Amino acid sequence: MNKSELSETLAVKYGLSLKKAEEVVTAIFDTLTEALGTGERIEIRGFGSFVVNDYKAYTGRNPKTGEAIEVKPKKLPFFKVGKDLRERVGH
Amino acid sequence: MTKADIVEKIYERVGFSKKESAELVETVFDIIKNTLEGGDKIKIAGFGNFVVKEKADRRGRNPQTGEEITISARKILTFKPSQVLKSSLNKE
Repeated sequence: MNKSELSETLAVKYGLSLKKAEEVVTAIFDTLTEALGTGERIEIRGFGSFVVNDYKAYTGRNPKTGEAIEVKPKKLPFFKVGKDLRERVGH
Repeated sequence: MTKADIVEKIYERVGFSKKESAELVETVFDIIKNTLEGGDKIKIAGFGNFVVKEKADRRGRNPQTGEEITISARKILTFKPSQVLKSSLNKE
């Protein structure tokens, strides 16, 4: 299911115009992206949590050529599935 | 940030009542959860993909006792962030 299908399903389920449903779905993921952008942790009960981990600069290697390269410091988002959903998915 | 904060943002941005905003946020996550429970993936352009992966049986070890055990086959949910999300965390 992609973002448009999610919007369509929301529109049908909630009795909403497709345009409004798209606005809601977009606003939700924009909100999550902005929170992660400031390094904030997100916790959604019954779903899971998102955290941003900081990585320091390190010297890596191009696995093809073996050449050493400087990897800049970076931030990466991680999702940890909540217990309820993990059990629902994993049965 | 919790679900209540997300509801507040939806309320400010989309122009529904607080009650409707709460129901809409709840419904969106319900749809996502039901879809993943059914084994289908969720692909949100600009954010990332939630994918259910099947893991086969594998042999493991109880780290405390050293005893060999079989870890049963299972399904796990993974999240792969989109390139857009990763860049937005690393701009400037």
